[in-house]
Amino acid sequence: MNKQHTILYLDGVSRTFDGFRAINNLSLVLGKGEMRAIIGPNGAGKTTMMDIITGKTRPDSGEVYFDGEHDLTKLDETDIANLGIGRKFQKPTVFEMHSVEDNIALSLKGKRGVFAALLDVRSKAERNRIDEILAIVRLEARRAEKAANLSHGQKQWLEIGMLLAQNPKLLLVDEPVAGMTDAETEETGRLLKEIAKNHSVVVVEHDMHFVRELGVKVTCLHEGSVLSEGTLDHVSADQRVVEVYLGR
Amino acid sequence: MIVATLLRNGIDRRIAISIGLLVAAAILVPILHLAVPADSAFHVPAHIVALFGKYLCYALLALALDLVWGYCGILSLGHGAFFALGGYAMGMYLMRQIGDRGVYGNPLLPDFMVFLNWKELPWFWFGFDQFWFAALMVVVVPGLLAFCFGWLAFRSRVTGVYLSIITQAMTYALLLAFFRNDMGFGGNNGLTDFKEILGFNVQAPATRAALFAASALMLALFIAITASIVGSKLGKLMVAVRDAESRTRFIGWRPEHIKVFAFTLSAVMAGIAGALYVPQVGIINPSEFAPANSIEVVIWTAIGGRGTIIGPVLGAILVNWAKSWFTAAFPEFWLFALGGLFVAVTLFLPRGIVGMWDQWMATWRTRTSVKADRDAPSVGSDAPEPPIVRAKSAGAALPLIADPQPAE
Repeated sequence: MNKQHTILYLDGVSRTFDGFRAINNLSLVLGKGEMRAIIGPNGAGKTTMMDIITGKTRPDSGEVYFDGEHDLTKLDETDIANLGIGRKFQKPTVFEMHSVEDNIALSLKGKRGVFAALLDVRSKAERNRIDEILAIVRLEARRAEKAANLSHGQKQWLEIGMLLAQNPKLLLVDEPVAGMTDAETEETGRLLKEIAKNHSVVVVEHDMHFVRELGVKVTCLHEGSVLSEGTLDHVSADQRVVEVYLGR
Repeated sequence: MIVATLLRNGIDRRIAISIGLLVAAAILVPILHLAVPADSAFHVPAHIVALFGKYLCYALLALALDLVWGYCGILSLGHGAFFALGGYAMGMYLMRQIGDRGVYGNPLLPDFMVFLNWKELPWFWFGFDQFWFAALMVVVVPGLLAFCFGWLAFRSRVTGVYLSIITQAMTYALLLAFFRNDMGFGGNNGLTDFKEILGFNVQAPATRAALFAASALMLALFIAITASIVGSKLGKLMVAVRDAESRTRFIGWRPEHIKVFAFTLSAVMAGIAGALYVPQVGIINPSEFAPANSIEVVIWTAIGGRGTIIGPVLGAILVNWAKSWFTAAFPEFWLFALGGLFVAVTLFLPRGIVGMWDQWMATWRTRTSVKADRDAPSVGSDAPEPPIVRAKSAGAALPLIADPQPAE
């Protein structure tokens, strides 16, 4: 496949930790504007894959390209974030001591220098953008509250809001509905579909109902490589997928 | 315009009051010391001026530590090194002002060099006969050391206890180096027997009063600067780095740059504090590099309240005041008292004096607002809604302290 028209292109990626092959000859291609769900049992390499894409971990071998031209194996986290890849962690990670509004403001795309930050004055455009994002993640009513006081689900949304503020081309969302109530899960599904309209999104999730709800192409990982790919029905009908999930 | 914006960001009522008090002290104390007759009840005696002048230098050092520890999460156990380097730079100027009035009467070489049989002035003593050069070095030497140290450490992502240990090692290494006579900084005895600063006798009451005023004004200035930085977007980023460093990285900031900035500025503040300290105490020697000194600064800051601006200033003044009293009254018990105080503060006042006070005020305010809600005739529902604590009332008042949370 030609990597020119892809947002994310992984080819033959491997990574070993102390002899354990976390990622083993993994190849995965994501088209521009596509939303993809990644499933797989624990230890399948989902989080390591995210780490490799975001520059936290370097692969031992293989190619990782973003937007068809940027070699992600040569860049660090900050550069990759500024290229336009946003990442939500498994455990919601927000700036607990700052207000919801400040959390978004710190994430807004803009100059990233120390002195620019020192002299920063929030512009009208930035204020509008913050309002917009707060509306998307439905946290307008709690904008002045400290992030520490938000519920688990709201923290997840705030973190998604922070990703949006970066204005990324690709969002990597790690287990967005873990620990959420049913109502919150439904709300999160709506939010991700909304975001997928104009971003490429990779969602790692265990919750099959949620994945079905998203209605997107699914990739199943196992032992660090792709086991099966296709619609959820196709993947869940695959005998090998059933085996790894149920155990032999 | 830029300055106005910065000031507007950071200066609240408490900061303004503290700055006001310091400026008032800078004006009143010299007047009460010099102009009021010694038998008057309002006379400020010389030893009080000297003592509090010293405390103000310690307060500036504690404020410097608070900027990196309280706001940026870097627990430096070596801030005494920057203080001492600033002090040495000032000490070198004061040594060269002695001129030929030293014991050996050598117009160029300080006494200890003559004693060591040195024939000429080492190159790194050049320029220190000029005050402007010494003042520049007071800022540049600690700043440059902190910049290089911070650049290497933070870029390699050394954090937490490892960083604390290498800061401690840094100050210890400097301690050993400055003890050596060959270093050319007076070895064990350090620099002392100062005569004049800017042409004024360092022992004269007027000079002492002026040094006190300079310390108070410098502290006021740096309170304003620190408050402005903490109130800016950069200050929020420092707290962000402290609480969730990898999140900061993944939204596109470089935490190492933010840390290097804070660390360097903090070292400069510590250096200035040291430079003001040396002419007031009349000596600088390698014991200022002792690791225990740096740890004491951490204690002052913790007791006063890290992550607040006034906390470390109060902590430094109170603890040192207590130290002065204790070491006179029960000299052998001081270290026990200090240790006990630190344990007590850690157990019962984890946010320090100022942090605790803020918490009480916030709780009290919430309670009174709940009470007011209850007393007010309720419209519609019977049960009053739980009060929503707005960031303005509680968040802003509470010190920005949270347990650091690792990402993932």
